[in-house]
Amino acid sequence: MNEQGNNNGDNEDTLVVESPVPDDQQVPATETVSTLRLVATLAIAGALAGLLIVLLNQHTKPIIDKYKAEQLKLAVYEVLPGSEHYNTYYLIEGKLSPSLPDGAKENDYKRVYVSHSKSGQVKGVAISRGESGFQDVVQIIFGFDPTTGKLLGMKVLDSKETPGLGDKIFKDRAFVDQFFAGPETPLTGVKAGMGKGLPTEIDTITGATISSKAVINIINHALEEWRPVLDQGIPPAPTSLPEGEVQQ
Amino acid sequence: MRKTTPSQDLIRGIWEENPVLIQMLGLCPALAVTNSVKNALAMSAATFFVICCSSVLVSSCKRFIPKEVRISAYILVIATFVTLADMLLQAYAPVQHKELGAFIALIVVNCMILGRQEAFSAKNNVYRSLLDAIGTGIGFTIALIMMGGFRELLGTGAFLEYSVFGPNFEPWVIMVLPAGGFLTLGFILLAMGYIEQRKKMKALMAAEKAS
Repeated sequence: MNEQGNNNGDNEDTLVVESPVPDDQQVPATETVSTLRLVATLAIAGALAGLLIVLLNQHTKPIIDKYKAEQLKLAVYEVLPGSEHYNTYYLIEGKLSPSLPDGAKENDYKRVYVSHSKSGQVKGVAISRGESGFQDVVQIIFGFDPTTGKLLGMKVLDSKETPGLGDKIFKDRAFVDQFFAGPETPLTGVKAGMGKGLPTEIDTITGATISSKAVINIINHALEEWRPVLDQGIPPAPTSLPEGEVQQ
Repeated sequence: MRKTTPSQDLIRGIWEENPVLIQMLGLCPALAVTNSVKNALAMSAATFFVICCSSVLVSSCKRFIPKEVRISAYILVIATFVTLADMLLQAYAPVQHKELGAFIALIVVNCMILGRQEAFSAKNNVYRSLLDAIGTGIGFTIALIMMGGFRELLGTGAFLEYSVFGPNFEPWVIMVLPAGGFLTLGFILLAMGYIEQRKKMKALMAAEKAS
């Protein structure tokens, strides 16, 4: 432990240029460390750190992506109660299409998830959207019935809202259940107990007004964007399309 | 610095120099994510991983790190392991990852970890640094579980999600809110101070009797 004491003393001395420190524990050659060396050390360490992260990322990314896809699937079924399967529709040049043009990347297009009944009727549409809440972007998915204009359900996919307050937007069952009770759109947020009993009203959470209003706004904005598209009609499910045909 | 044996390095961090309860380091995660035992465990596990890996790496690379940039280098090392822990948790414990949210990334600025690197790993060999890191990690875990257990028990009436007080228990919601964290920490420190004082008094009485 005595060595440490010496080392520490020496270190202060190293700031003086002519410090004679033949300490074998220390860096050989010059004791006055050049700026280049400082930069090089950090650069090398940074490069190694980056390499390590990239290597592990390659290993964990498929697992994370798979999990996210599964979660999305579960979420779609949750917000479209009673559906057994769904099809992904992409927004291509202002119209919905169940398939992508050749060579197009899936992530380049906005999409909705449509559930059909056995007879081919549209039962519900699930739309995912993110907007800023109180702290960060709140990502939600909600189910919507385009024929009646009612909501079918809502689920928060991702949020960093304040634990204990803002996170009630997905932890408070009473709040979430309101979206499953079939409210009419566009929604209006009201203080709990202050509503007039209108079918568009959603009671906001006391202490988490901004977060709960964010959820309501996301749904309203998403519907403003998607209603015109959905009202044009949703093309039939891809199983009824001839193989390989691309709906324009 | 007084001389310590390897076993002291290990034990010191657990109680005598407990990072949270005595040194008051790493209070941000200790207050923020201890609203349930499960979250406390996940946070402890991630922090344990980061502090052990960082201590080993810092103590083995200490002679290559120029003193002028040591803090940046330590932060770089810590941040790397935190990112690794973040990705591992996201892949293998996604539910906990979602629950802890931003607090995983904030392990980087947990001063307890940086403090151990600067105060111990930078001056001692790999073996002893690892022992010190394990001790500190266990101490941190104990503190977090104490807080998480207390808060979950009173705030939801359950321990590790198993109901303890039955359905008639009216949960003290304040305990799972941020204010509950401060209250809990205050009460734990009060109890520790009381025990410590009793110990001192007893020792004093014994000394008086002997003389």
